[in-house]
Amino acid sequence: MKRQTRHHNVQLAVIGTGLAGLAASIFALERGITTAQIGNTGAVAYTTGYFDLLGATGGHVINDPWQGIDALRRVEPDHPLSRISNDDIRTAFVLFTKAVSAMGVGYTQLGERNQMALLPAGLAKPTLSVPNTMMSGIIARERRARALIVDFAGLQNFSAKEFCANMGPSWPGLSAVSVAFPDMECGGQLYAEVMARALEVPKNRARLAERICEHIGDAQYVGLPAILGIHKPDIVHHEMEQLLGVPLFEIPTLPPAVPGIRLREMFEQVLPKNGLSLVPQQKVQRVEFDAKGVTLYLQDNFGDVVIEAEAAILATGRFLSGGLVADRNDVREGLLDIAVRQPDNRADWHRQDYFDARGHPINRLGIDVDEQGRPLNAQGNLVDERLFAAGTVLAHQDWVRQRCGAGVAIASSYKAVESASKILINTHDLRT
Amino acid sequence: MNAYDPVGTKVFETEVLIIGGGVTGTGMMRDLALRGVNCLLIDQKDLNAGASGGNHGLLHSGGRYAATDWQTAAECRVEAQILKNTAQDCIDECGGIFAAVEGDDPDFAACFPDRCAKAGIPCHSLSPAEARAREPSLSDKVFAAFAVEDATIDPFHITLGNVNHAQKLTDSVYCPHTEAVDFEVASGTITSVLCRDNRTGDSVRIRAKQVVNAAGAWAMNVARLAGCTDVAVLYAKGTLIISNARMSNGVINRLRVPGDGDILVPGGTVSLLGTSSDNIASPDDVRPTINEVDRILREGIGLVPSLEHTRFIRAFSGVRPLLQTPGTDVDGRKASRGFRLFDHEDQGLSNFASLVGGKLTTYRLMAEKTGDLVARRLGNEAPCTTATALLPTGEADRWTKPGFAPRYWYKRNDPTDAILCECEMVPQSAVNEIAADAVGAEKNMTLRAIALRSRIGKGSCQGSFCAARVTSHLYERDVYECGEGRDHMRDFVSERFKGVRPVVWGKQMPQMELAEALHCGLMGLDLQDVGNNENGDGTA
Repeated sequence: MKRQTRHHNVQLAVIGTGLAGLAASIFALERGITTAQIGNTGAVAYTTGYFDLLGATGGHVINDPWQGIDALRRVEPDHPLSRISNDDIRTAFVLFTKAVSAMGVGYTQLGERNQMALLPAGLAKPTLSVPNTMMSGIIARERRARALIVDFAGLQNFSAKEFCANMGPSWPGLSAVSVAFPDMECGGQLYAEVMARALEVPKNRARLAERICEHIGDAQYVGLPAILGIHKPDIVHHEMEQLLGVPLFEIPTLPPAVPGIRLREMFEQVLPKNGLSLVPQQKVQRVEFDAKGVTLYLQDNFGDVVIEAEAAILATGRFLSGGLVADRNDVREGLLDIAVRQPDNRADWHRQDYFDARGHPINRLGIDVDEQGRPLNAQGNLVDERLFAAGTVLAHQDWVRQRCGAGVAIASSYKAVESASKILINTHDLRT
Repeated sequence: MNAYDPVGTKVFETEVLIIGGGVTGTGMMRDLALRGVNCLLIDQKDLNAGASGGNHGLLHSGGRYAATDWQTAAECRVEAQILKNTAQDCIDECGGIFAAVEGDDPDFAACFPDRCAKAGIPCHSLSPAEARAREPSLSDKVFAAFAVEDATIDPFHITLGNVNHAQKLTDSVYCPHTEAVDFEVASGTITSVLCRDNRTGDSVRIRAKQVVNAAGAWAMNVARLAGCTDVAVLYAKGTLIISNARMSNGVINRLRVPGDGDILVPGGTVSLLGTSSDNIASPDDVRPTINEVDRILREGIGLVPSLEHTRFIRAFSGVRPLLQTPGTDVDGRKASRGFRLFDHEDQGLSNFASLVGGKLTTYRLMAEKTGDLVARRLGNEAPCTTATALLPTGEADRWTKPGFAPRYWYKRNDPTDAILCECEMVPQSAVNEIAADAVGAEKNMTLRAIALRSRIGKGSCQGSFCAARVTSHLYERDVYECGEGRDHMRDFVSERFKGVRPVVWGKQMPQMELAEALHCGLMGLDLQDVGNNENGDGTA
C-alpha cells in the first residue's frame, strides 16, 4: 500500500475529542466555520451522562448554580466560569444541549436549579441537565415514590441491592430485583454496551419488559442500569415505558458505561455529516505557527495527515487524555509545552487526606489564558494569537469536586470559538 | 464476669493469651497449638498490621548482617533453611546477589566473602559480566558481586497459615480489632486482661493462665500496662516502594554499609525497593513520605538504573521494633536485629512474657523460645516441633500468593464466577471463600480485611475499580446493609491513597485522576451529606 500525505485545509482545528472538543466543533459548525477535529476519545466512557454546570464547593452541594457562579466570582475570580458572563454560559449550555438532543440523545433541564441525579452506588449528585432516559429517576426520588430497581445477574457494574441499601434511608419506597437478560441467561459476565445494543431490537425489548413486569407489583416507577440503547435511547426508553406501563429511568453504571459511549458514537457519526473533518483516535504530534496560519502534523494507519488552519483550539483535557503530563517533580502541558504554573514540589500536589473537602491542588493546575481564551506563556504573553484553549486543561478549576466539568467544557469552548471566529476570514454564520 | 464490668462485657477463657497478630504472635500461636495448648490471639487492628506487613518479604541468607552482626547472620541462615523446608508454599527461592558499584567502598566488598564464611553463609564470587547476565537490570558500573541464597517469603501467607493451623489443632481463636487496655494482677499473677473491641467499643475480659506480649512495635506499651518497665523498644520507620512489574530475577542487594535504597526484592509480579530508616517517637499512624521515596529511589537508581523510569504503584511504611538495650547506640541502622525474651519474673510477675526485636526470617525461632518458656510454666512437656512440622495451606489462606487466583479461576472454568479484581484476576469465588472462612474475618467483613487476605487492591489500579466491585458483590450477598459498605469503601480507598500519594507521577497520575473521577465524580463518595439526611439533597 502506498502511503500518502493527506491535507485538510480548514478555518479551525479542534485538538481533542472530549466534551470540550465536541462542544467546540458544534459551536464552530453552527457559525459556518470549516472545522477539523483530532483526538482520542478516552475519558468519555467514564461519564455519568449528566451535564453539570456547578454543583459543589468545599464538599457541599450548590442548589442554584447561577448563584453559585456569582459567589465563585468573588472567591475564585480566576475560575474559568468566573470569567464568562452568566448570559454567555447560559447561551452556550442551551445551544449545546439543544444540539446534542437534535442529534439523537435527548437532554432535559428542569428549571434553573440543580437536580439531585442518581449515582450508581445509590448516592445522588447535583447536576443541571439530564439525559431524558434518566429524568424520571430524579422525579421518583423527589416524590419518594415506590420504585423497583432492576439489575442483571452477570452485570458487575451495577447492583440494585447496593443502590437500594445506600439510597434507602432517604428513599424508603425502593425494592430491588435481579432478572436474567434475554439470551444472556447463562450467568456469565455481561457488558452494558452489549445489552444496550441488544435493546435496539424491538423483540428483545418485549422479552425484557415481560420479565420485569412479573416483579412490578405496586411499584410506580422502574429503574434500570443505563442500557437503553446506544443510538436511539429516547425511542428505546419510550417503548420500554409503554411495555412496562410505568415511568422508567436509567441509573448510570460504573465504567465502561453506556452514556459516554452514546455521546462518542453520536459525535463520530453525526458531526462528519454536518461537515466536520474528523480524524478520530489519533494524537496530534506537532503544531507549527507561521505566517500562513497553524499547521498540525499527525499520522494514522494510512500515512501522514497535515491540517492547515487559521486558528486552533486546544481541548486536550488533563492527565488521562494526555493534555497534561506529570514528570516526577514537574507538571507540563503535553502538546506545546505551554507553561503550567505550579508549586515547587510534588509534596504540594495532593493533600494528605484523599477526601479532603478542599480537593487536591494538582487538579487546579493547568493552562492560564487571557480574556479571549488564549494560552499564556510563563512571562504572561500569548503563546500565539491564533491559539485558544478550552475545557479541563484550563487552570483554576476542579471539575470533579466542583461538579463543573460540562460547564467549564461548554462555556469555555463557546468563548474560544467566539474569539477565534473574529480572526477568521470569510465565515458564514449559519445562525443569521 | 466481674461485678464492675460494663454491661455486655464478653468473657473469654484460654490457656494462653497472645497479644499481637504479627508473624511472631501467630507463630507462637501455632507453636503452642502444636504442643496441644489452646490459645487466644488478639490484635488491636488485624493480622500483620505492623512490621510483619510493612517489610520487603526478604528471607535473609544472612549476607546483609555478615559484616555487622555475625550471630544474627548465622541465625538467619539456619532459620531460612527451616522455613524453606516447612513452608515451601510461602517462599520463592529466587536467590540473590550482593553487588558493589563504582563509588562504593572496595574494601567493604573485598571483606564480604570472609565475613560470610565466618557466619557459615554460602556465597560465591561473580564477575561483573556474570552478575549482569544473572540480573540484566543491574548497573554496568558493577565492580564486585557475590551470589547468596536469599529468597522471598509472603508474610501474609505465613501469618494466615499459622492462625489457620492453630485453629485446626486446638480450637485456638483469633480476635481482630481487640486491644488490651488494662491488666488485673493479684499476688504476682495476671488474672485478667481487659480489652476493648475497637470496632464496637465493647469491653472484653480475657482470663488466661499465661499472657504473652508479641505486640512488636507496641510491645513496650503493652508491657507497661502490666506494670513492667524493663522493655525498651526503638522505633525505626522504614519505607519501601512497589514497582508495577517484576524488575529482577532474584534479590539485588547493594554491597556496602546498610543505607537507603540498597535492596530490590521481587514479590511475585512486582518488585519492592527499600528501605529507608528513620527513628520516630511513636509507632502509630506512620505513612510514607515523598522525601523518603525520593531518597530510596535516588540510591536505588545507582544500583539498578532502570528504576529512573519505572512505574511505581504504591509506597508503604513499617516500624521496625528494635531491641533497645541500655547504653547502646540509638541509630536504627546499627541497632541489633537480635531478639530478647523477657520473663518479667524480676518485675514480680509469674505468668507474663514479652518478646522484643528480631526479624521476619527468625520469627520461628523467636516463637520456639517463647513457646518453651510458656509450655514449661504450664507444665506442658511437649517439645517444639515447628522446625520440622509442615505448615498447611488452608482454603481461605491461599489467596495472597501472586498468580494463584488466575490459575484457580482458569482451572475452575466457571463462567458465572466473575472477576472482581482485574489487575490481579481475583474472582468472586475467592471473596466468598475469604468472607466465609477467613480466620478472624468472619464477623464484620471489611474491604481492608479481604484485601489483607487476597491480592485485591494490589495491582496497578490500587483498588480503584475492585473496591467498588467487591463492595457491590458483598451487598449482593447481603453481607452489608445500609451505608456500611460505602463507609468501608471510603475507608479502604482513603487508606490506599496514603501509600499511592508519594508515588503519583508519570503513568500513575492518569491512574490517580481516574480513581478520583470514579470515587468522587461517579460515585459521589466525597459528598458525605448527600443521601443520608432527611431532605436527601445535601441541604441542612
